[in-house]
Amino acid sequence: MQHHTWTRVELMRRSCRQVTLLAAAARYRSSIPVAPPSLQSRLLLFLSQRFHDIETILSWSSWFKNRGIRQKNFFYGYTQQNYGDNIAAAYYILSLKGGFRFAGQSEWFRSDRRGKFNWDFMNHRDTSIEEVDVSNTLINYTGLENLVKQRGLRTLSVSGCAEVDDWFLSRLHIFQDTLEVLDISNCPRISVGGLAALQKLRGLRRLDVSSLPRLQNPGLIAILLEEMLPHCHVTAVGYDHSLIYSHTQTDG
Amino acid sequence: MSMWKGLHMTAHATHGIHVSSRFIHKHTRLCTLSFRNISTGRLVQNDFFKDLENQLKAFREKAADAMPGSDWTPFEKNRSLPPERADIVIVGGGVVGWSIAYWLKQKEMIRDGVRVLVVERDPTYSQASTVLSAGGIRQQFSLPENIYLSMASADFMRNINEHLSVLNDDPVDLQFNHSGYLFLASEKVAHIMEENYSTQRYAGAKVALLSPTQLKEKCPWINTDGVVLASYGLENEGWFDPWMLLNAFRRKAISMGVYQCFGEVTGFKYTTNTMTTAEGDKVDFRRIKYANVQMPNSLEYQPVECAIVVNAAGAFSGKVAEMMGIGLGLKDTIAGIPLPVEPRKRFIYVVHCPNGPGLDTPFLVDYSGVYFRREGLGGNYIAGMSPEESLGSGLHYLQPHQEEEPETNNLEVDHQFFQKIWPHLAHRVPAFECLKVTSAWAGFYDYNTFDQNGIVGMHPLVNNMFFATGFSGHGLQHSPAVGRAMAELILDGGFKTLDLSAFSFKRIMTKEPMLERNIV
Repeated sequence: MQHHTWTRVELMRRSCRQVTLLAAAARYRSSIPVAPPSLQSRLLLFLSQRFHDIETILSWSSWFKNRGIRQKNFFYGYTQQNYGDNIAAAYYILSLKGGFRFAGQSEWFRSDRRGKFNWDFMNHRDTSIEEVDVSNTLINYTGLENLVKQRGLRTLSVSGCAEVDDWFLSRLHIFQDTLEVLDISNCPRISVGGLAALQKLRGLRRLDVSSLPRLQNPGLIAILLEEMLPHCHVTAVGYDHSLIYSHTQTDG
Repeated sequence: MSMWKGLHMTAHATHGIHVSSRFIHKHTRLCTLSFRNISTGRLVQNDFFKDLENQLKAFREKAADAMPGSDWTPFEKNRSLPPERADIVIVGGGVVGWSIAYWLKQKEMIRDGVRVLVVERDPTYSQASTVLSAGGIRQQFSLPENIYLSMASADFMRNINEHLSVLNDDPVDLQFNHSGYLFLASEKVAHIMEENYSTQRYAGAKVALLSPTQLKEKCPWINTDGVVLASYGLENEGWFDPWMLLNAFRRKAISMGVYQCFGEVTGFKYTTNTMTTAEGDKVDFRRIKYANVQMPNSLEYQPVECAIVVNAAGAFSGKVAEMMGIGLGLKDTIAGIPLPVEPRKRFIYVVHCPNGPGLDTPFLVDYSGVYFRREGLGGNYIAGMSPEESLGSGLHYLQPHQEEEPETNNLEVDHQFFQKIWPHLAHRVPAFECLKVTSAWAGFYDYNTFDQNGIVGMHPLVNNMFFATGFSGHGLQHSPAVGRAMAELILDGGFKTLDLSAFSFKRIMTKEPMLERNIV
């Protein structure tokens, strides 16, 4: 701490903006090759190794970043107590900027781009939710706790969710009796280890596993998924099968 | 010293050239050739100053190192030697040892509050039980403590990047396979499975019981002959890459300031305090002062002054305890009770079977003792069996079947042993009738001969030796939670989050085994 001088504090302030950038770059680099880090991030790394204060600020920043996700996925216990499971689940979905459809109804409740939504769903205390679309939201494993009681859920779309991982998929067994359609396309954190957990969803009719960047051999996995879920239609597009094509071309 | 000598010699040499160049300068002024000579002289001169600069720099660094509180000594030192002082020495750098080191650092109140040293004798981890295990995690135990340990560990693994990510390094990818454990029970043991199931549900584990029909529906490739009941883990069960977990713990702990040393703890220096009990018996209390760490392939050793020693040496922790005289005292006294942990060799076979079960293969454990799981996607499986666990439930500490146990002085694989596994495998999964053993390896269990459960806590007579050993094959999957419990025990003086006092050494003294009621 003896290095604490004003110039350094100023430098730290300036570098704070870079902090999130650095943390984001570090995420899931293992599977995707990227260019070496920029001079700024290298400088920041050097400083954080050298000065304890910068290291602490970096850890705070990542904690704040995670806090946002945690707050989004809180357990809505108060709402559940006062308004029932269905309203709590609906409220949770809408605050995630997602959308849902009650059983026996045709129109969807959705929140708009700014997170505003229609509060009419409060009138349906005793109707369970049948379809949920939380694509491109921050839903994660803990947030799933709010949907556990929705035993009539038939469709779930989590496409493009950055926080949906293998553990999330392993927990979907709570809907094993009802879930028919599942869309997990474009989720950057899903790997084959989580797809194996989908075998518990025996009632699944449609499964979308398109464009999962962490799958190593998507063709084989799609076949294995079809074998594992014989009554399910598996969609797996958005993969580059160029290697296989070039192979057949040389054969022909 | 040798460096200084070298410098001196360089100076001499330069001096000589210097003289000769002056000589040339005086007597022959026109010769260009001689001027070249002078220029080489200058080069050497520059070298000398560069050298001097480097030497001075090194000297300055050394002087800074010699400030009070550092490890510097005026003698030439082996770089791989451990530090002379450490607060806590962890014997054994397996996954349990590194987990304890990580949690100790995580729980310290101020930066560098505790100085932790991890001593591991195998730098390549080629014989380490951690990396030679099958890498499974399950919640299907019968003791609530074990279930809670598994659940806490699974929770840790789910949030592993919040715990173990290192700045600007790749995130940890455990390669966790969420396939679950599937236990099959015969008629004889079905009631045990039902009891275990209710214990597990009560503890909060997500487990489901399946009838043979449901089982057949779930896994069409299985032969349900002889199966009366099956239990299947729905959540937090599966397998992962043990090396990834070990390395993640190690990387994080080192980044937090844990000292790592490759060497072997060969002995302890301790003080003995004799006390007399109310009955008039004399009891020796010992306290470790130094742990002697011997370097690999040499006789050089370093005594490390320490306050606490954690015995996490896994299969060889019985040996480490013996160095403190544990178990060498008179019979029928506390000092005469050894740490009941010994190495047991277990084989794991890699088999290839192109027509075997697919992505839905769970970690299947048959009541015959045979287990197998999928390995990758290419039709490879790993299978194994525990020799005496097949003898029946529980009480084999009464009649140890030593003749069934393989030799434990090496890690050679007994390929004949697969002939005992294969019939069970092929009976359970008919597709395994045609398979090929492609590879095999052996690893050590830290087998607790007393009751096959972990021993966590301190020894009553050596009050600064803590045990975290004897997990009998569950060490890897319980390591995150055990590490946290040990750190609490050491730094807080008691268990805070998970009460593991049932796993203390006391149960061995009072001869009250905590047995798992297994179905195999």
